[in-house]
Amino acid sequence: MTTTATPEKSRVTQARAFVADDRVRKLGGCLLAALVVALMTGPSGSLTSPTHGFRASLLSGRVVVFLVLGVALWGAIVGRDAIAPEVARASAVLRRFNVLRDSRSRYPAYAALLALAIVVPHLLSNFWQEVVVDQIGVYVLLAVGLNVVVGFAGLLDLGYIAFYAIGAYSSAYWTGSLPIKPPHHFNPFVSIIFAVLAAMVAGVILGAPTLRLRGDYLAIVTLGFGEIITIYANNLTSVTGGAQGPPKPVPHFSIDLFGIHYKWRLENLPYYYLLLVFVVVILVMFRCLENSRVGRAWTAIREDEVAAEASGVNTYKYKLMAFAIGASTSGFAGVLFASKIQAITPLSFLLQQSILVLVLVIFGGMGSLPGAVLGAAVIQWLPNGLRTYIKKEDLFLYLGALLVVMMIYRPQGVFPSRRRSRELAMAEAGMTTADAMSAPTAGEIQ
Amino acid sequence: MCLTHHFWGFFIPGLANGFLYALIALGYTLVYGVLQLINFAHSEVFMSGGFGGLFVVNWLIGDKHPSGLSSVWYVVIGIVAGAVIGAIVAFILERVAYRPLRRRHAPKLAFLISAIGMSYFLLSLAGKEFGRDSRTIKAPFTTTPTKPLFTFYGAPITVYDAVIAIAAIAMLIMLDRIVNATRLGQGIRAVAQDADTASLMGVDINRVIAQTFIVGGLLGGAAGFLFGLGTAGVSYTMGFTPGLKAFTAAVLGGIGNIRGAMLGGLLLGVIENLSLPCFGANWVDVVSFYILVLVLLVRPTGILGERLGRSA
Repeated sequence: MTTTATPEKSRVTQARAFVADDRVRKLGGCLLAALVVALMTGPSGSLTSPTHGFRASLLSGRVVVFLVLGVALWGAIVGRDAIAPEVARASAVLRRFNVLRDSRSRYPAYAALLALAIVVPHLLSNFWQEVVVDQIGVYVLLAVGLNVVVGFAGLLDLGYIAFYAIGAYSSAYWTGSLPIKPPHHFNPFVSIIFAVLAAMVAGVILGAPTLRLRGDYLAIVTLGFGEIITIYANNLTSVTGGAQGPPKPVPHFSIDLFGIHYKWRLENLPYYYLLLVFVVVILVMFRCLENSRVGRAWTAIREDEVAAEASGVNTYKYKLMAFAIGASTSGFAGVLFASKIQAITPLSFLLQQSILVLVLVIFGGMGSLPGAVLGAAVIQWLPNGLRTYIKKEDLFLYLGALLVVMMIYRPQGVFPSRRRSRELAMAEAGMTTADAMSAPTAGEIQ
Repeated sequence: MCLTHHFWGFFIPGLANGFLYALIALGYTLVYGVLQLINFAHSEVFMSGGFGGLFVVNWLIGDKHPSGLSSVWYVVIGIVAGAVIGAIVAFILERVAYRPLRRRHAPKLAFLISAIGMSYFLLSLAGKEFGRDSRTIKAPFTTTPTKPLFTFYGAPITVYDAVIAIAAIAMLIMLDRIVNATRLGQGIRAVAQDADTASLMGVDINRVIAQTFIVGGLLGGAAGFLFGLGTAGVSYTMGFTPGLKAFTAAVLGGIGNIRGAMLGGLLLGVIENLSLPCFGANWVDVVSFYILVLVLLVRPTGILGERLGRSA
């Protein structure tokens, strides 16, 4: 027996084994994550002192708190087996309250939620009413629409807000607010039809060439399109009013039919109920769509595009349909937005709004309609609820991190659709694709 | 026609832009070659390279007014600093946003979403830590706009144009050699051709993918510094538009094709700048978008074709 290893060498191997140990690696990961969170929540730097933010967040006492939290997180991860029975018991209790899963209690639960949605805004302060209408209501509509594209069809649309802009500007045109005048001035209610059509046509024009190709090309083309739309809105001053937006405010909604006269005004609650009606109608429509032949075609495309194609599903047509439906929902939301806030500018339609809507869908759960609604409500509520802690300009720091964390740890979302989470699990076992990112086999060019 | 006057005057700056697009486009194309994914966060690799070069060069130059040989050194140091920071960010990016998903065989959609999330995280972090206004890099060489280095058919060629061209050509040649003549390049090409087979042949795929991100990050970061030397300066949002254009360039040349990315970058830069007198500065960004859509319509495989396997 020869022991050639010198003491130093064995120390090196010991150190290597120590670093390679899974628990040590996890501790390192947790501590790094804690430092990143400390940096995210810490003070900002500035042009003149770029290191100030780093120093104030990493070299001060507060970092200790985050490191302790990191160690606690590590303890929870490593000791997962020890606390597993408790977690299982807790989640079993929670599951009993998840009434949406059970088909018998589902409809009473929806009715109760709807009743809650009708009553609660009355109890809120004016600030929160405005948040509920401008930020939650409109974005619920947007999220539900994007959910069709990302969740149902498995496509990635990064320029979703462009269709919202098209809807808003179409509404401004048909109500006579833009520098160019329409042949006839309409009520915003009527302009909805034109706006939805315009957004749908834009969606088809953009999707038709791109959807024949690999799915990620759609993502980048829509990303570019989102940017182009603001350039057009800014530069075509004689058409759109340029950077200042339309010169005349977009009128509020009004009804003047069969002796009923009503005009929506600046107050939030009338708009809230209008939005609520639209959201409920659209949710019911999309629920029916999900369970129809079209919805099954989308599922087939997500699960295995080649097999779907071989079974006679025109994948291109159904993808285009999903994209156009998403675009028109976005255009619809644009009309409501324009009529509510009246003064639109190109700055209302930045790329980051598209990312925000994507976060709402991903957080709630791809392919889950309740997920899209609840996701929008939670994510839009949080920055306002925490507005003393989170600076407005740092919002996307948190949203970006949230996207990454969701994709790593919970891609199915917080309120997942059962089918979608099963698909993701199957994709991880190598059985399905769970998205529509491969090129259609019947495409023109391979 | 809008092009008859000053053709070369628009062609030369276009070529300089084109070299930058080519450097960034290579990052997209390399990653696309090994993963078949668009790396949405590559524009932030470019941005961090700009900041890296900015801090190092501004700190080194201080109050000096460099000229002659020392200018050359400052430029080289800036490029290296940008490249190193770019490579570090690209490596972290792969570790955080890609590797955990790859281990789980996540769907492609998940990769794209985590990359776009990472992109927004990085740019917001830069905005938070370094301020949200644009900063300028202290000029390592004295620039007198009225007196160009030399003229070409009446078109002035500035020191800046020359620096970009020389640096980019040197890096492009180095990259070409790395991919075609080294063991690392062999690994990249093998994984691009068929990852499963490559792993059976003993190629460590995770390692090659990380190295590919690093190579792409080196080029992207260096391009970030070179871009920051220009009039636009360095800011946390500087990555978006050049990133989108570089992607267009990669598709134009044939994504996954290294020489295609170089050709596409140069072509896009020149076309874009030649369209400047026709449409005006407000509309330049629209041109590259239409080129992207046009290429996808007419020839989605790009000019030189997708050659994922034999990527050089």
